[in-house]
Amino acid sequence: MLKRILSGDMPQSRALGLILLAILIGLAFAPFLFPGTRSLDTAARICVFVALAASYDLLLGYAGIVSFAHTMFFGLGAYGVALASDGMGRSFGALAAGSLAGALAAAALALLVGLFSLRVRAIFFAMITLAVASAVAVLFSQLSGITGGEDGLNYRIPRALTAAARYAEEPFLGMRLTGKVLNYYLVFFGALILFLALLRVVNSPFGRVLQAIRENEFRAEAIGCRVVWHRTAATVISAVSAALAGSLYAIWLRYVGPDTVLSFEIMVDILLMVVIGGMGTMYGAAVGAALFVLAQNYLQALMGAAAEAAAGVPGLPLILDPDRWLLWLGALFILSVYFFPTGVVGRLRGR
Amino acid sequence: MDERMTDAVLATEELTVRFGGHVAVDRVTCRFRAGELTAIVGPNGAGKTTYFNLISGQIPATGGRVLLGGRDVTRLSVAARTRLGVGRAFQLTNLFPDLSVLENVRLVIQSRRGRDFDMWSMAAAHADLAEAAEAVLERVRMTDLAGRKVAALSHGDQRKLEVAMLIALDPKVYMFDEPTAGMSVDEAPVVLELIAALKAQTDRTILLVEHKMDVIARLADRIIVLHNGALAADGPPREVIASDVVQEAYMGKALEDV
Repeated sequence: MLKRILSGDMPQSRALGLILLAILIGLAFAPFLFPGTRSLDTAARICVFVALAASYDLLLGYAGIVSFAHTMFFGLGAYGVALASDGMGRSFGALAAGSLAGALAAAALALLVGLFSLRVRAIFFAMITLAVASAVAVLFSQLSGITGGEDGLNYRIPRALTAAARYAEEPFLGMRLTGKVLNYYLVFFGALILFLALLRVVNSPFGRVLQAIRENEFRAEAIGCRVVWHRTAATVISAVSAALAGSLYAIWLRYVGPDTVLSFEIMVDILLMVVIGGMGTMYGAAVGAALFVLAQNYLQALMGAAAEAAAGVPGLPLILDPDRWLLWLGALFILSVYFFPTGVVGRLRGR
Repeated sequence: MDERMTDAVLATEELTVRFGGHVAVDRVTCRFRAGELTAIVGPNGAGKTTYFNLISGQIPATGGRVLLGGRDVTRLSVAARTRLGVGRAFQLTNLFPDLSVLENVRLVIQSRRGRDFDMWSMAAAHADLAEAAEAVLERVRMTDLAGRKVAALSHGDQRKLEVAMLIALDPKVYMFDEPTAGMSVDEAPVVLELIAALKAQTDRTILLVEHKMDVIARLADRIIVLHNGALAADGPPREVIASDVVQEAYMGKALEDV
């Protein structure tokens, strides 16, 4: 049963299995294990980024395609929900229509970019995706009449998904059962389904062909694989998954803006998540995303505590100052790439 | 010639490729029939591998045509030609290094059986593909290496796998580019026997680039000689080998042993 759900791709390492189980349980019971708005927000963010990083890993790790347009697809999904909710008013219909429209737009754009540019050398493809993504980001910030421009869009989601909705008089395990909790579970199960679907794709015959193309494109052609079509299909699947992750994010945040869903910064974050977790393993994307979002959200607080604890030691509080958290985040990345060149998962699987 | 034209599985007509000012393959017209094993010989740089590349499509021709079963495939991609029945084993080992031996062969069979775009089933569930791949490995006597990563194989085993992948592809036209180069004396006969068995099947067309004269003498029905990219001789082995031009210019000492 478990093997079926995981598409036969078992963790293959006890430590990895435990880490994944910890992440799964942590996220599944986040509203009760870690009560509080901030921690629930972090958990939702992890869910979204696990799905997003996994969809990027399909491209980067399995198909060996370097694309910088991934946030564009993420943004399309997010803006789809935002624009639909803005235009159609708060309703589940708007959420569904927005997600669908975002996914279709992402699929169409990925198909175009893929067919036009996956024939060229990898570096040129990367440049083309960068150009298209920048153009779309500029477009969304300029069309302020529709997209709210730089300010982004605030919109309302169905009341059933907000803190205003109460589902029980009494708190359950210290958590008030509001629409916020329901919203969280929408995000959680949405991300989980996306992740498992991607896991299924990479372990299918199609996924194996992608790996073959990554390994030796020249030979893949010589055994009869239509390389461009395979790559394009991978790009489209990855784009649609990213768009759906974006829709989940938009439903959770109730706000979209260029900085939150379209910025190049997010692109770099996704890249780091995949590399740190381990390219070419879906689980790597999950571990990488969880580590990354946690570090982003709690490193600063952790350093504040450390700086206080080291208050007596000369010099230490200075370098442990919470304001320098980005420096430490950077140092952590360098160390992790240096010591785990195949990522956390690659290391745990003994590769 | 007319008789050949009708039953030619593969034909090249005035096939030419120029790299800048250099003509690497020069108007080569040749037909290949089913059940026939043609050895392609010539000195280094004569254009043998380039001729192969033009037929299988890795290099686009600058002139002439490639016909497969009478159909012009000159403009088709490598993948399209492969699906129409042109299969190739490479001179320089050309495999999927990070995957296992079995997976390399399995991928070929998966592609041949048209399951490359199946995205929603587990690859491991396609037991028939793995079985077929195992059968091929059995034929090249590599069963014990099935789980090994290709990058960890010896050079000779990689060469054998190269041949195994072509056999797994089972094309109408088999193209071997020095299949036994770099193999040990134990390994080479296995591959040569496989090629002989393919020939005995009589419905396959086999092209073989080879330097070793003993191999050619044993397997070839016909020899064509390329020199400076052009067809210099074409005929039954005895005749071609005996011809003075070939003796002196292209074969040198190697032939005196035959």
